[in-house]
Amino acid sequence: MTTTTTKNRIDSLFQRKPNEILTIYFTAGFPKLEDTRRILIELSDAGTDLIEIGMPFSDPVADGETIQYSNKVALDNGMSIRQLFEQLEGVRNEEGNIKQTPIVLMGYLNPVLQFGIEDFCKKCKEIGIDGLILPDLPLFEYETEYKSVFEKYGLHIIFLVTPQTSEERIKKIDELSNGFLYMVSSNSTTGNTSNKNSELSEMQSDYFNKIKSLNLKNPTQIGFGISDKKSFKQATSYSNGAIIGSAFIRHLESGKTVKEFVESVTSK
Amino acid sequence: MKYQTENNKETILRSKIADNRGYYGQFGGAYIPEMLYPNIEEIEKAYYALQDDDEFKKEFEYLLKDYVGRPTPLYFAKRLSEKYGAKVYLKREDLNHTGAHKVNNTVGQVLLAKKLGKNKIVAETGAGQHGVATATVCALMGMECIVFMGEIDIERQQPNVARMKMLGAEVRPALSGSKTLKDATNEAMRYWINNPVDTHYIIGSVVGPHPYPEMVAWFQSVISEEMRNQLTEKEGTPNPDYVIACVGGGSNAAGAFYHYIDEKNVQLIAAEAAGMGISSGQTAATIACGTLGVLHGSKTLLMQTQDGQVIEPYSISAGLDYPGIGALHAYLADSKRAKFYAITDEQAMKAGQELALLEGIIPAIESAHALAALNNLKEEDADFDEKVVIINLSGRGDKDLSTYSKYL
Ligand SMILES: Cc1ncc(COP(=O)(O)O)c(C=O)c1O
Repeated sequence: MTTTTTKNRIDSLFQRKPNEILTIYFTAGFPKLEDTRRILIELSDAGTDLIEIGMPFSDPVADGETIQYSNKVALDNGMSIRQLFEQLEGVRNEEGNIKQTPIVLMGYLNPVLQFGIEDFCKKCKEIGIDGLILPDLPLFEYETEYKSVFEKYGLHIIFLVTPQTSEERIKKIDELSNGFLYMVSSNSTTGNTSNKNSELSEMQSDYFNKIKSLNLKNPTQIGFGISDKKSFKQATSYSNGAIIGSAFIRHLESGKTVKEFVESVTSK
Repeated sequence: MKYQTENNKETILRSKIADNRGYYGQFGGAYIPEMLYPNIEEIEKAYYALQDDDEFKKEFEYLLKDYVGRPTPLYFAKRLSEKYGAKVYLKREDLNHTGAHKVNNTVGQVLLAKKLGKNKIVAETGAGQHGVATATVCALMGMECIVFMGEIDIERQQPNVARMKMLGAEVRPALSGSKTLKDATNEAMRYWINNPVDTHYIIGSVVGPHPYPEMVAWFQSVISEEMRNQLTEKEGTPNPDYVIACVGGGSNAAGAFYHYIDEKNVQLIAAEAAGMGISSGQTAATIACGTLGVLHGSKTLLMQTQDGQVIEPYSISAGLDYPGIGALHAYLADSKRAKFYAITDEQAMKAGQELALLEGIIPAIESAHALAALNNLKEEDADFDEKVVIINLSGRGDKDLSTYSKYL
């Protein structure tokens, strides 16, 4: 009885801290195969609120160059979902923040399908994964084929909305999501840096404000193109949190420490 | 153009092979990231509207006739028939403007893009035939055109790269992954995600998310519509015993099979590329070697590892080395409605050479795979001498001359 009534860590987080949630994405098995667990723990101890672990895929169509690169390196290193679960075994028993930090797995549907949906969810629960982001899982198939399995293993599902998503569809997506809603900042692949000065356009703030005004049931986080303290602050003025991905991957590539990066965003 | 057989105009016109969500049996669907949802929804609406749009049909029919040069002949290949025993007809898609069936689809889709108010076209290409067909219709309509092509394919299909450039298209090398067709497709999709408002993506085969497979099959269905009329003139019946087509993604085969799918006495024969052989690890035979997965927005059979990573397929033909297969064909194979043969590089090259010598026609290496399947049928059908066969000759071989001359 004790475990089944445990509250999902994502929900506890947003209850505890409704503003300026810092979420960081990294790709499992990058830069080195064995880096996954170390990066996860370091991120958590440095004060990252929520962590997204990317499961690499050979054909990441929604990703820009940086995450394509980290996916490729990880796969060349021999990364797989099976490996990832091995690497994460017992991680919730480690000392430090990692006991409570919510972890979300993000990736394309195909590798998850090949692992087997039920086996995958079971493993997620064993390890203490709190949610899933599967950008190419359609809503209808989710509702009819996947929802009951995800629920059985206590996994939240986080769907994306974009500036092009209609109001009606945003409401539907909100209804089906739990944990939080992932607001893609602009219609682009990940890591888009066309917005060089990291200023938000008027169109983006209109979109963020529109979502704010809809009184959705889920908290929101803004992702895609968030890279530093400035863009993080700006984004979180419209949402409960923001997600940094490509910028952190580039930071790892430069050889600097995880802590340095997190502090550069969270410092006062 | 009349989308009609002798049966019933309305039903053919509105016929959908897939269900409302784009599934053929368990295959198909639209597994797309949310960023593409509005575009796909817009295309779906516009595509269904086209089917009742007389103005569109008039323009499509006119362009296929006066610009593309349709109907393409159904040619009785006398010397080839003598060799194999059966009566063999060739559907001459190689005689289309630009030299392959691909242009049937690009003409249809560029008209759709105009309806949607788009001024830019993005496409992927493998052999370069779809790229050329796309660049051609963009020039015709005065639209901007960007074609992604794997860096490796750019090298092995130089003549088509030069043609696209002369037609005013920008050819962008796909540098990611394995640098061939699947990566060009990834890049085209990424471009579309980043430019959703002004750009239409003209996908080149019956692959990708719903409604693309349905739409491309519909635009290509003119092939079997003409076959039926032409065979009726020559044989007194619209139905041959066999229709043979090669399958990469499956668009020429979808067009050749379309009006025959419900004609159960017509055997549908598909030739996929075995490369060095289906057990060699160097193959593109998706039906023989693939497993169920999701790629480029569609649930279908895929060449993949146990971990679900997509494997780069191999074939001597740059137009057949797609790691997936159109969901329609996965379904036709699964339900045993179509029979699939895996044709090796060597068998295809021999068949290509044979057609050149017997009939004076140099086929695309892709199409040569379909020709090679004659050997399989002759071997397996004891009454082959009494049969009528139509082979869809999807394209001409000019682009492949350097490969042929190296090989032969
Ligand atoms: C002449 C020719 N035939 C066949 C194909 C394979 O495509 P599909 O299977 O979509 O007809 C190609 C692709 O480039 C081609 O150029």
